[in-house]
Amino acid sequence: MKFIHDLIEKQKPMFEKGGKLEKLYYVFEAGETFMFTPPDVTKAKGVQVRDAVDLKRVMMTVVIALLPAIIFGLWNVGYQHHIATGEAASVGEQFLIGLQLSLPIIIVSYAAGGTVEAAFAVFRNHPITEGFLVTGILIPLVLPATIPLWQVGLASAFAVLVAKEVFGGVGMNILNVALTARAFLYFAYPAAISGDKVWTYLGEGTSTVDGFTGATFLGLAVEAQNQGVAVADFVGKTAHWASDPMSLFIGTIPGSIGETSALMCLIGALVLIWTKVADYRIIISGILGALAMGVLLNVLAPEGATYLQMPAYYHLIIGGFAFGIVFMATDPVSASQTNSGKWIYGALIGVMTVIIRVLNPAYPEGIMLAILLMNVLAPLIDHYVVNANKKRRLKRATV
Amino acid sequence: MSNNVKLKKGFDIKLVGEAAESIAKNIDTPTTFAIKPEDFPGMIRPKAVVKVGEKVKAGDPILIDGKLEEVKYTSPVSGEIVEIQRGERRKLLAVVVKADAQVEYKEFPVKPIDQVSKEEAQAILLESGVWPQLVRRPYAIVANPSDTPRALFVSAFDSHPLAPNYEFTLKGQESFIQAGIDVLKKFAPKVYLGLSGSKSSALFDGLAGVEKNKFSGPHPAGNVGVQIHHTAPVTSANDVVWTISPEGLAQVGKLFKEGKYDAKRIIAVAGPKVDKPEYVETYAGVNLETISAAKIKGDNVRVVSGNVLTGYAVGKNGFLGYYSNMVTALEEGNKARFFLSDGWLAPITSRLSFHKAFGLLGSTSKKYALDTNTNGQDRPFAVTGSFEKVVPMDIYPMYLLKAILAYDYENMEALGIYEVAEEDLALCEFIDVSKHDIQKIVRQGLDTMRLD
Repeated sequence: MKFIHDLIEKQKPMFEKGGKLEKLYYVFEAGETFMFTPPDVTKAKGVQVRDAVDLKRVMMTVVIALLPAIIFGLWNVGYQHHIATGEAASVGEQFLIGLQLSLPIIIVSYAAGGTVEAAFAVFRNHPITEGFLVTGILIPLVLPATIPLWQVGLASAFAVLVAKEVFGGVGMNILNVALTARAFLYFAYPAAISGDKVWTYLGEGTSTVDGFTGATFLGLAVEAQNQGVAVADFVGKTAHWASDPMSLFIGTIPGSIGETSALMCLIGALVLIWTKVADYRIIISGILGALAMGVLLNVLAPEGATYLQMPAYYHLIIGGFAFGIVFMATDPVSASQTNSGKWIYGALIGVMTVIIRVLNPAYPEGIMLAILLMNVLAPLIDHYVVNANKKRRLKRATV
Repeated sequence: MSNNVKLKKGFDIKLVGEAAESIAKNIDTPTTFAIKPEDFPGMIRPKAVVKVGEKVKAGDPILIDGKLEEVKYTSPVSGEIVEIQRGERRKLLAVVVKADAQVEYKEFPVKPIDQVSKEEAQAILLESGVWPQLVRRPYAIVANPSDTPRALFVSAFDSHPLAPNYEFTLKGQESFIQAGIDVLKKFAPKVYLGLSGSKSSALFDGLAGVEKNKFSGPHPAGNVGVQIHHTAPVTSANDVVWTISPEGLAQVGKLFKEGKYDAKRIIAVAGPKVDKPEYVETYAGVNLETISAAKIKGDNVRVVSGNVLTGYAVGKNGFLGYYSNMVTALEEGNKARFFLSDGWLAPITSRLSFHKAFGLLGSTSKKYALDTNTNGQDRPFAVTGSFEKVVPMDIYPMYLLKAILAYDYENMEALGIYEVAEEDLALCEFIDVSKHDIQKIVRQGLDTMRLD
């Protein structure tokens, strides 16, 4: 591989100070360091050896953890298409349909956000960081497969610019970047990302099966409450897809590309927890928070409020809760940074998700807003945790 | 009262090339020795007090800090001043002495220690060049003669990677160590000794006049800063304590019992690039040329004065630092690595990681021949929660570091700047995903608090 490295090195003067393309140095550098871990050595002063880890590996770990959700999600897009149209198709065909629809979304997401990221690196004269490696794939996974590509591009660029770069770039952002992209679309173009027309790809000129419903479980749950019918029964009767808890858990239901399968998120969670890339505290407390709130609503539910009466564990397997709590809430930059803070932060995300879902008819899904809200509150939680530490430290003075 | 503190947080970096407990014999006698201002981070205006060509004895002053002139930095050997090295803007880098074949010692008065007053003791310590062994907290700089320390802390074991075993390097010096304690008790009413909880010590267990505490767990359990935190923590800028190494204690004892500044030191020469790692008997500030020639293999090698966490690169012909108790030799990691073969996307087992990110398959319990590659580049702080796992103190390292970078005095103080030295957060620097210079940031914080 030395000759490739030499070849790259040969181009370097063009990008260095005084070279023709010096402005693009960090773009060149990003490419070079992608191909080759640089021969940089530790400084004369300071530690002489460094850990083998770097941000690239950490980010790659998240991508690996996402793979089950991605692959399942691609297949599910095709699967939903076929059960909606009633056509028979093999698993491979279903996967291909998903790939056909989702790959452009993924590419556009990476390209748009990546361009903004690279532009800022060039303007600000700093290296391009790896953060977008994960954000670029998270954005498509929280969007429906039917989303117009220009919206994906706009959202990805908007999120990188407004959620990240204006705050100073990677590590400085307050909000989760991928969720900002989704929130942007949710409020700017609600027709393309909410309601019951967008979740299932039908294709032009195809007919749907009898009893087809385009709504997700969350949408149907609200409807069930309006009619005063038990949620599970109502969905079971209305939906053309299986809505027993096991199917919900496995994720063969309509929804955003990557978010439907709690099982795949669970696998991802195990990878992230085992590698300690994500903090288990957030995931566990999030789940406990959602369950606790769900149970509380069960207890408080008035007669006929069937959504409130829905068994609490349903909240874990419907909608984007599993995906959000595993992959979004645990983003270390926008989450709470202290260990005690992480318990509070996660628990409140769980609680808020259920509150928004059940008690706020305007927003069927709560996890997005719950996480964004807690992103904003995370520094406040940390502030109190760190203050407690300061007080504890001060107290020792008098002992 | 004796405590047994079990520390869980921390990390042992296991390296190949541990020094065998023998003294190397086939090494040519080194000819030059030096004292370097960079070893003393608190030194503001270093000034050479000798001229090239002047003759000195071991214990004759050769360097002072213009801002703290009472403290003399003296020649470790007798001989002739051959060079005063200066860098950019005439910054003093080193005062170099060419050693005589036989070391001649400057004589200091010898009296039974119980008859020596504090003032006399202070004058002798300052004049002899032993004083800089006393390091004060807060700030981790050479003690100020006007300090009235609340206590003296000594860590009786070094938990750094490949660190020397004091039981071997100080064997037979119990009486000097005891004398050192007796002398320093005139300054600090309490002396705390931090022993290793995992084994008993022939050298330290019998010492009197000290409070002994045991510390077990991974590095940095042997760091005196960590031990202070768990014994009687430093709580404010005015809450001064002193620390000294066991070698320093022996040096103090020898000064008062034999009347000489004995800079003799048994150092470990260890690391992956050392041929038959073992100990070498020499003096502080030795030029490493002859040791390198005999012990270090290969050309693309970094020679470090000290250990891999807190030491600094000096080169094969550099001088050993004042406080360094070992030399480490490592391969320079100046090779680019293709991302699929052994770079960032490849599974690797040859590099140690505290983390478990993708592809890092090496076990943390095996010994590694690490090189100096950074394994990545500077990035913004992105990962949270890992620093806390290697700092066994009730401190939030990330918040402290951010307070330092923001020159936020109030928060630096509240978050524990007075309790830390570079070495206490060195592991953070090792494990840092974003590859920051944590120790440099810590020193910046200490300097900010001290000077502003």
